[in-house]
Amino acid sequence: MQGLDFTVVLPYWDLLLIGAWWTALLTVAAGALSFVFGILFAVTVLYAPAMVAYPVRVFMWVFMGTPLLLQLFLIYFGLVQIGIDIPALGAGIVGLGLHFAVYNADVIRAGIVAVDIGQTEGARSIGFGKWQTLRYVVIPQAVRNTAPPIGSNMIALLKESSIVSVIGIAELVHSAQLAISETFRPFEFYVTAAALYYILNLVLEAGLRRFERHVEVSR
Amino acid sequence: MDFSLMQRVFPFFVEAAFVTIEITALALVLGLAAAALAAAAKMSRSATVRTIGTLYVSLFRGTPCLIQLFVLYFGGPQIGINLEPFAAGVIGLGLNIGAYMAESIRGALVAVDRGQTEAARTIGFSRFQTLRKVVLPQAARLMIRPLGVNTVALLKGSALVSTISVVELTYTAQRFIGSTYKPFEIFGVAALLYMAMVYAVVRVVDLLDKRFAIV
Repeated sequence: MQGLDFTVVLPYWDLLLIGAWWTALLTVAAGALSFVFGILFAVTVLYAPAMVAYPVRVFMWVFMGTPLLLQLFLIYFGLVQIGIDIPALGAGIVGLGLHFAVYNADVIRAGIVAVDIGQTEGARSIGFGKWQTLRYVVIPQAVRNTAPPIGSNMIALLKESSIVSVIGIAELVHSAQLAISETFRPFEFYVTAAALYYILNLVLEAGLRRFERHVEVSR
Repeated sequence: MDFSLMQRVFPFFVEAAFVTIEITALALVLGLAAAALAAAAKMSRSATVRTIGTLYVSLFRGTPCLIQLFVLYFGGPQIGINLEPFAAGVIGLGLNIGAYMAESIRGALVAVDRGQTEAARTIGFSRFQTLRKVVLPQAARLMIRPLGVNTVALLKGSALVSTISVVELTYTAQRFIGSTYKPFEIFGVAALLYMAMVYAVVRVVDLLDKRFAIV
């Protein structure tokens, strides 16, 4: 048992910050992907013909019922098996993005259903097409109303992004592991990494609050 | 799809699934205990106790579960805590989910109308009696769903303990993917078992919810 000495972290501070930076980028990239695909899945499940909607439903169901870690292994090793050789970073973003797209889709689907039918009727009667109604009237309202749960999905995404370190992406956990392999000080480095995650979390929460206020309808 | 491979590996996966169930069940018990304590602490009259409760919930919800497991398992020996992977997994998962469950419990307690407490206090119930005989029975019903959601998250989150070398379902899947290079087949078998377990939890939650529903 050795004493704790947090000064060992200082020489590796830059490495940890780079890791934190990559964690932030990863979260933003996967978050954007999860948002776009969330809307896409939600619309597909609701409006597409059964031939298309049903496979998407099954896909959502499988991705909700299994751990993210397992899904990452599938995507990382699976894509290679079928001949698509993308770097680990790509696999990580796709894996995280799809995992949270499914959760977003679930929320957005409920949001779309909750938009008053009068809105659709109104848009249709002034000559909007089906697609236009969806694109300009229904989806904007659905997304606005579901901003808080989507926000909590993004916070979960930030924390879960730590998992992609297992497929070798150089983010915060990976930086910490690198430093530990040189210093043999797991406690100090993992606690520091946790603190950095906590700070990223606070920043993201503040950003989400501002965004929610921004899209909130003044009543 | 190589179905004969799936058939061959299936028995190993079932065995591993039982380890996942064991970890989840133990972490659930620990998590519920930690959550009850934390929820009580957050509503305490002492500011110090409240702060401790708030800190626990905030720190464990604000950082990744993976890091918490790593601090405990890899960092633990530095502060004199030497745990086997399995024990570290159970304690780490339990403390993590406890922070989330504390919020579920507190949310349910707060959702019980204030008038209930006021009335009970007025007719001479003590604070503890009010909680025990009036608020908790009503809140318990409201906790079932959110705690069920937490339990499903715990079940899926238990995959993380594979990173500290606990041989459970995900660890087994990872090993078989490495040795067979058939990720889709292996994922299929593991996913089937995970979904069966998730379905079982959801069914139990549904039954409890129906059993304790009003009317």
